[in-house]
Amino acid sequence: MIEDKFDAIVVGAGASGNACAYTMAKLGLKVLQLERGEYPGSKNVQGAILYADALEKIIPDFRDDAPLERHIIEQRQWTMTETSHVGMHYRDDSFNEERPNRYTIVRAQFDKWFSRKVRDAGVTLLCETTVTELLRDGQGKVIGVRTDRADGLAYANVVVLAEGVNGLVGERSGLRPVVTPESVALAVKEMHFLPREVIDERFNLKGNEGVVIEAMGTITNGMTGTAFLYTNGESISVGIGCIVSDFEGTGQTPYGLLEAFKNHPSIKPLLAGSECKEYAAHLIPEGGYNSIPQLYGDGWVVVGDAGQFVNAVHREGSNLAMTTGRIAGETISWLKTRRDPATAANLTEYQRRLETSFVMKDLKKYKNIPDFLHKSGAHVFTLYPRLIAQAAQTWFRVDGKDKRAKEVEIFNSFRKGRSLPGLLGDAFKLARAWR
Amino acid sequence: MPAFYLRRHLARCLLFQFCEPETTERRRRWISQERDRVMHIAVCMKQVPDSGQIRVHPVTNTIMRQGVPTIINPYDLFALEEALRLRDKFGGEVTVLTMGPPMAEDSLRKTLTFGADRAVLLTDRFFAGSDTLATSFALAAALEKIAREFGEMPVIFTGKQTIDGDTAQVGPGIAKRLNLNQLTYVSRINELDTAAGTITVERRAEGGVQLLSTKMPVLITMLEGTNEIRRGSLADAYRAVSAKIVTWSAVDAGITDITKCGLRGSPTIVKKVFAPQAHAEKATMLPVEDGYDAAAALMNEIFKRQPALEADLMRFASGQ
Amino acid sequence: MSESSRASTRKELPEHFKAYKHVWVAIELEHGIVHPVSFELLGEGRKLADKRGAELAGVVLGGDAASVAEAAQSCFEYGADLVYTIIDPVLTHYRNEPYTKGLTDLVNTHKPEILLLGATNLGRDLAGSVATTLKTGLTADCTELAIDEEGSLAATRPTFGGSLLCTIMTLNFRPQMATVRPRVLVMPPHQEGRSGRIIARELGMSEDDIITKVITFIADRDSNKAQLTYADIVVAGGLGLRSVDNFQLVKTLAEVLGAEYGGSRPLVQKGWITTDRQIGQTGKTIRPKLYIAAGISGAIQHRVGVEGADMIIAINTDPKAQIFEFAHLGIVADAVEFLPKLTEAFRSYLSVNRLAG
Repeated sequence: MIEDKFDAIVVGAGASGNACAYTMAKLGLKVLQLERGEYPGSKNVQGAILYADALEKIIPDFRDDAPLERHIIEQRQWTMTETSHVGMHYRDDSFNEERPNRYTIVRAQFDKWFSRKVRDAGVTLLCETTVTELLRDGQGKVIGVRTDRADGLAYANVVVLAEGVNGLVGERSGLRPVVTPESVALAVKEMHFLPREVIDERFNLKGNEGVVIEAMGTITNGMTGTAFLYTNGESISVGIGCIVSDFEGTGQTPYGLLEAFKNHPSIKPLLAGSECKEYAAHLIPEGGYNSIPQLYGDGWVVVGDAGQFVNAVHREGSNLAMTTGRIAGETISWLKTRRDPATAANLTEYQRRLETSFVMKDLKKYKNIPDFLHKSGAHVFTLYPRLIAQAAQTWFRVDGKDKRAKEVEIFNSFRKGRSLPGLLGDAFKLARAWR
Repeated sequence: MPAFYLRRHLARCLLFQFCEPETTERRRRWISQERDRVMHIAVCMKQVPDSGQIRVHPVTNTIMRQGVPTIINPYDLFALEEALRLRDKFGGEVTVLTMGPPMAEDSLRKTLTFGADRAVLLTDRFFAGSDTLATSFALAAALEKIAREFGEMPVIFTGKQTIDGDTAQVGPGIAKRLNLNQLTYVSRINELDTAAGTITVERRAEGGVQLLSTKMPVLITMLEGTNEIRRGSLADAYRAVSAKIVTWSAVDAGITDITKCGLRGSPTIVKKVFAPQAHAEKATMLPVEDGYDAAAALMNEIFKRQPALEADLMRFASGQ
Repeated sequence: MSESSRASTRKELPEHFKAYKHVWVAIELEHGIVHPVSFELLGEGRKLADKRGAELAGVVLGGDAASVAEAAQSCFEYGADLVYTIIDPVLTHYRNEPYTKGLTDLVNTHKPEILLLGATNLGRDLAGSVATTLKTGLTADCTELAIDEEGSLAATRPTFGGSLLCTIMTLNFRPQMATVRPRVLVMPPHQEGRSGRIIARELGMSEDDIITKVITFIADRDSNKAQLTYADIVVAGGLGLRSVDNFQLVKTLAEVLGAEYGGSRPLVQKGWITTDRQIGQTGKTIRPKLYIAAGISGAIQHRVGVEGADMIIAINTDPKAQIFEFAHLGIVADAVEFLPKLTEAFRSYLSVNRLAG
């Protein structure tokens, strides 16, 4: 066992664990961080987009030395069928600002940097150390952890569970329910290497400008999910993910979907000639507000993916992870300065601060979206993309047909495809879920 | 016993005119020490790029170092575990030594999490570009210094070879420079008698195993697959984080003649580096279709191209 | 970089090294048998010696006169002009101390320009000691040896796990030493009855001088020993086989063909096969007449070990797999399904023809 006693033990060295450990160490707390992976970041997978705002609130000058790939100046939202995509592109030169808002990153490098910052702040990080259970005193208060190493006990005033979506400690300890296949997405991604000039040319970029493509449609074969393509410095990240329960019984595999996506006529030319170097798969909690577990108790708090903090609609996750980690860290430090023990009653402050932040507000806003998609997924991901593509085809093909007839044809195709009440119903349900 | 060592030492100095003078000094010190005390064991380790993850850039034909992680040379872990086992059995300390850039500290620290007691980093720009001869020179000097500072080592371990250089020559080089008895490709340590200063090992030779007995001090290069590196305790892992890594420059290690180090001390030079030539001809692809016996077609094609092989196979088949 | 530090990149051979001439091969003689790599080296040494207008010598150290004489005769028949011998009972088993002394003394007396050894356990044990004693350059595990325009040995070897090759020179020290792995070089023709000069020397060392004793030598049991390196036919599997159970398909085909079996590096790491059956840069180099690679992607580190095969057959599901870049015949198929068919094809063909014959 470790003789020293800590103010806090952070379980996990992902975005939320790092944010929490860093925040506490900077506020003078003695922090032990335990990571089951071989090195910090070895278990972390992300697209990956870095949201500057969340990190800036933790490390204001991160731009000085963080390994950032490209800042995003263009967003492409695509609705895809087998042969087409209908896109909404937004590109703005004002994104070439002094402190850009979003960046692409390579997590392996970013995590290495973030962990260095965490350790430089004074956190003791032990890798290849898996927490197997929480230690409790006679009253049931969490007082430390047991690890899988010999003589593996360590004690602290509070334990922060930043162990990710499928972390076992919280589950085993009964602090969180087991995640259900309906509430998590399985995402896979590949890194494709290309020379910088080739990427610049293909995406019409200069300097460190970057492009993001978010796509949905028939590419997920009727399942609830999305795909993406991000430009890094000398590589392209391409991935796709769907709700786990949707895969069941379909015989489809995430890798099969990714292969098909990569071979889509709209995507294939973007990747031509590249060398795939890295393949990774990851679970993403997408249950939203309704699946958030109890977030605190006597001597413990939950942050990041372990708390289901992902906004699936906006594809935001790492910023929620960092923000919940920071807020938990600030709360624990605040209790310490007040000399208040980390009891459940005192840790309600963490929940209170979360409620006033964008994290809970956003998740609450979209709390019915997962349910809506579950019920209307087939229409959203297959029917509508087809109808939209068909409409575009009808509208843009010049074939001697008059425009009025084309309008009628488009309208009829929608009515035939989904019926008027169906269309109105979907619109109503979506509006209700969105509000 | 001392008489034996002295005689041996004299014989060696006559035999090997290239022995460094300090070797004699070192041996005398070791002889004069109590050998049945606890063991001090040194392990030489190298931090290497994980070769499985190295890629050559398809366009420029250069190595893409971006994101290639560094690891402890896997062969060295067998040496480290064997050293830890000896320490556990006889008591004492394990000191790990590496020569490399400052970032090699990561791997050294990792050896501490496995339970090594001390880590020494030999780092200096003078060492840049060392070939095997210059490397063994620097490591031998550092090992001498380790012996002076932390106690003589009856056993020094290295891995069988590194996965980046693959030469298997640095271990023997160190043994020669320090005048240690050299035991390469050791698969097992059968017996070690600290009082008598003897050691018996199994050595992997061509076509069999040699059972060798010799006197310490020895240099052992450990064969792979002979053991499995342990997981250190939580206390080991915790201690490793804040442990001080002993860091020496060439001068710190007692090296006065830097012309024997790095590029200058290396008799070999790298004349050119180039990517392997792509094969002019790609494979002839045989069709695989339903209702077509691709296996038989492949067999026939093999025999068509290599008629002698068909005859060989017939002979083999009828001999069965 | 200062001028002096770059001195070694130019050829300025010191006066006392100018007397160093001729090409030597250290012959591995153990238990009465010469390791084939020694003959392969003589074949390459012959070319180097001819290019330098020098003689090719074998160096045979051994415990008994008969086997040393026999080994010397073999050296002549594989191209040596002369053979240096040392016969001494202490040389019966290979040991580092007496062999290092024997070889370094010969080098210091007779001054060869180039000294080649096999990159075997024996050769690597000896080469490191000899090079360090002589303070000269040694290039390990070469895949190609040549003489450059200045007359120096240009030794090419793979680096970074085989992703790149580098050419290494020892410009200003002698001898220029190199080791080469078995089967990397071609076995030269055997010239029956060819002869040459023998120069016999003494070791000048007694058993009492040698600290390390060989207590016993336990020869590998034949059934245990993978004869991969020198097999005529090799069947190998990779991760494409998906499970250790499916690896049996490779063994079955090997059995039908009377072949040896092996595998790529990941299989060793997964524990499906033992290290002595690993084929590639960090495993064995092979040069069979027929090599069948099933479910192997053909990473550069594997390619380095099999390129010398007369015919390479690749079976892989991925039509873009690198192995098709250097194989002679390719089949895009799942090895797990295809291997049994191929095995059956060979089995029935061979049995039919055996009955017919």
